[in-house]
Amino acid sequence: MQDRSLLEMRGINKSFPGVMALRNVDFTLREGEIHALMGENGAGKSTLIKVLTGVHIKDSGDIFIKGHNVPVHIHSPQEAQNLGISTVYQEISLCPNLSVAENIFIGRGKGATVNWREMNRKADELLSSLDIGVKANQQLASCSIAVQQMVAIARAVDMECSVLILDEPTSSLDESEVAKLFKLMRDLKARGVGIIFVTHFLDQVYEVCDRITVLRDGQLVGEYEIEKLPRVQLVSKMLGKELDDMADIKNDSPSFNETKNEIVYEAENLCSSEGIKPFNFRIRKGEVNGFTGLLGSGRSECVRAIFGADKVTSGTVWVDGKQVNISKPIDAMKNGIAYLAEDRKRDGIVGDLSVRDNIILALQVKKGFFRPFSKAQATKFADEYIKLLDIKTASVNTPIKSLSGGNQQKVILGRWLLTHPKYLILDEPTRGIDVGTKVDIQKLVLKLASEGMSITFISSETDEMLRTCSRLLVMRDRKLVGELKGDQLTQNTIMNTIAGGEQN
Amino acid sequence: MNSASKSNTSSSIISAMFRNQIFIPLAALLILAVFNLIMDPSFFKVTLGHNSNGDPILSGNIISIIDCGSELAILAIGMTLVTAASRGQDISVGAAIAIGGSVVLRVLCGTNSRPDEIQAPIIVAFLVCCLVTMACGAFNGILVSIFKIQPMVATLILFTAGRSIAAWINNNELPEVRDATFSYFGGLIPGIPIPTPFFIAIACFILIFLVLKFTTLGLYVQSVGINEQTSRLNGLNPAFIKFITYVILGLCVAVASLIKVSRLGSINYSVIAKDIEMDAILAVALGGNALGGGKFNISASILGAYVIQFLTTTLYKFQVQSDALPAYKAVVVIALVVLSAPIVREKIASLFKKFRPQGAELKS
Repeated sequence: MQDRSLLEMRGINKSFPGVMALRNVDFTLREGEIHALMGENGAGKSTLIKVLTGVHIKDSGDIFIKGHNVPVHIHSPQEAQNLGISTVYQEISLCPNLSVAENIFIGRGKGATVNWREMNRKADELLSSLDIGVKANQQLASCSIAVQQMVAIARAVDMECSVLILDEPTSSLDESEVAKLFKLMRDLKARGVGIIFVTHFLDQVYEVCDRITVLRDGQLVGEYEIEKLPRVQLVSKMLGKELDDMADIKNDSPSFNETKNEIVYEAENLCSSEGIKPFNFRIRKGEVNGFTGLLGSGRSECVRAIFGADKVTSGTVWVDGKQVNISKPIDAMKNGIAYLAEDRKRDGIVGDLSVRDNIILALQVKKGFFRPFSKAQATKFADEYIKLLDIKTASVNTPIKSLSGGNQQKVILGRWLLTHPKYLILDEPTRGIDVGTKVDIQKLVLKLASEGMSITFISSETDEMLRTCSRLLVMRDRKLVGELKGDQLTQNTIMNTIAGGEQN
Repeated sequence: MNSASKSNTSSSIISAMFRNQIFIPLAALLILAVFNLIMDPSFFKVTLGHNSNGDPILSGNIISIIDCGSELAILAIGMTLVTAASRGQDISVGAAIAIGGSVVLRVLCGTNSRPDEIQAPIIVAFLVCCLVTMACGAFNGILVSIFKIQPMVATLILFTAGRSIAAWINNNELPEVRDATFSYFGGLIPGIPIPTPFFIAIACFILIFLVLKFTTLGLYVQSVGINEQTSRLNGLNPAFIKFITYVILGLCVAVASLIKVSRLGSINYSVIAKDIEMDAILAVALGGNALGGGKFNISASILGAYVIQFLTTTLYKFQVQSDALPAYKAVVVIALVVLSAPIVREKIASLFKKFRPQGAELKS
């Protein structure tokens, strides 16, 4: 163990049935350091955190903690806490109906009695020492989310934690709240606390962190000092693409005329309740374009705003040159827009219903309440798309939840194709499905576009987008920051644009 | 066809049967019937007699089951839809029946609580009753769908207040209607020996099946109950669909209250349709419908309602004292509900699958 290290994890392995979630991962946290843990979804960030906090038990590897001569074993969150490891999660895990002081001291009393005055006094002391502007006897629910998060941190600090884990603490905060949180983090850093900071926001990483550890596919990519890792490098390390060997992939597919084809959909200053900055967008007949950006950059929120899936707060929309009002999904559907949602389980399938009902659902809703499809007609539709998309299912009566992920995705795709949309939005249609299906879906996208359908395609895998899209809209921190087309469509330019202007 | 594949099909039929929702209420009905047949075949005896007016009348246990089970079966229709869409139950139907019944009597009696002649046509009384009970349903529906209050809590309000409201509608008097035509709905139409409630129930069944066939209500209710998010993204308005199921239940309540008050020609606010909400929920559960919402089968619920009535009648027949009745009922109900739990049905079905000969795997 090095001198200044608070925590060292060496050769951590952890597997779940079917996957190796962590493979030989090292991690070091030093005194008075804010250390970013970066990686795309599934990279192993949360598994590593959970191993450290005792939620998961590691398969092998050693964890050293300052002040202990031998490797420690952490079997439960309680044990982690006793070792001085505290975690503040994205969702507040405090009791909103209790007072701030109660939340700080709950579960820590020694005897059966509580000295309320003493407790409030101590809490006030703690809060003022951390410069958190809240009264100890205030009810937690009446505080803003940021303050609640800070109270959670105060609780952790008061339990004499030396390692503080902040798991996506900023995702529900606005800018001024984030600034407050960062100030608190810097104060703690000055006291010698080591902070592990998990976030998707690159700007924030470069604002507060001293060091970055990057994980990818359960493996350690490396540990870097912040000054020595420019943003572009960080993005490339997270995505697993070296900057040089990318130039060879080139989009040569959709051959549509960029100026002649009529505009199918156009939006100006579109904005939804999900915190994206207003954006302009248009798509022409037969065009395939895409939104790109890191997770949480707002790419899904943009297409949800187009479809009316989130509350649309402002903007003007034209479909086929006519101004229309799209405030809820049915409006979008009636204007020939279809949307395959990102989260298949939550927003896509109706689990207990049959494959047939899942396929006809959208078209049936569009057709109307008093005009149900006959069972024979519905079966005909279902059979048609089962054949067209090569869906592997025992029968049309099989509940969709018993199908594999890729086949579920095809059923949902079939549902939207059945409505014969002129504009199809696919949000991560290839996530979590096997390679064969991924290729099928990309081919289908190009085929549909050549038949005149306009398609917006979103994928975390940049090469999929390069293969299919003729234009890419780049998002960063919930803002549309660039548009790439033609020769600009290379991994290098995409990463540069995602990473943003300041090349530090 | 060789013998192996024959036994394969037969065992897969058995396993499919166990997986079918309607199997449990059907089996329960069968077991009750067989039990009665063995214990006392005269249980099934139906005799044709004449009542005091000289009209023909069929009597017997079977007749009393299809007569007395009517209100419950009608309520089971609405309760199934409410359960499926809102993932919860309406516990105010008993109180709503009291309100509906009170409204019917109030309209029929006018200002005098015991008129010699009815003051308004029965159809008018019924329509007003429909409006009122559907408004009760709408009230519950708005609490559940717009304010997102848990169904049981939302309907607790009317459950608590309903019977007082019913009493208040008639100024806490006990009106009495002695009109012969009015008694047809809960009794007999002269010349027809089968009780009218049975025909009313049949009419309701036909109506709901037509609705399910000629509208997309079934599909919408199920998808909202299974996945609200997805339903919304497919253009549905989940709040409205939940709301409409409560209104439909309100309509079922109106029919049930007409039958209830017609049986007596009067009303007892605190006793009428007492605990019927629990029986209606039980009917839904016995039908194998998940009380957590989602997929539903109306026929199974209706059958479930008659199973409950069959059980009650059987227990009466064996002279179980009326205050001990609920205890006996509970035992049988526990057995039935456990049997109809999906996890148990799945287990039984796979048990039958095990006996299948080698080399006859299910095509996947």
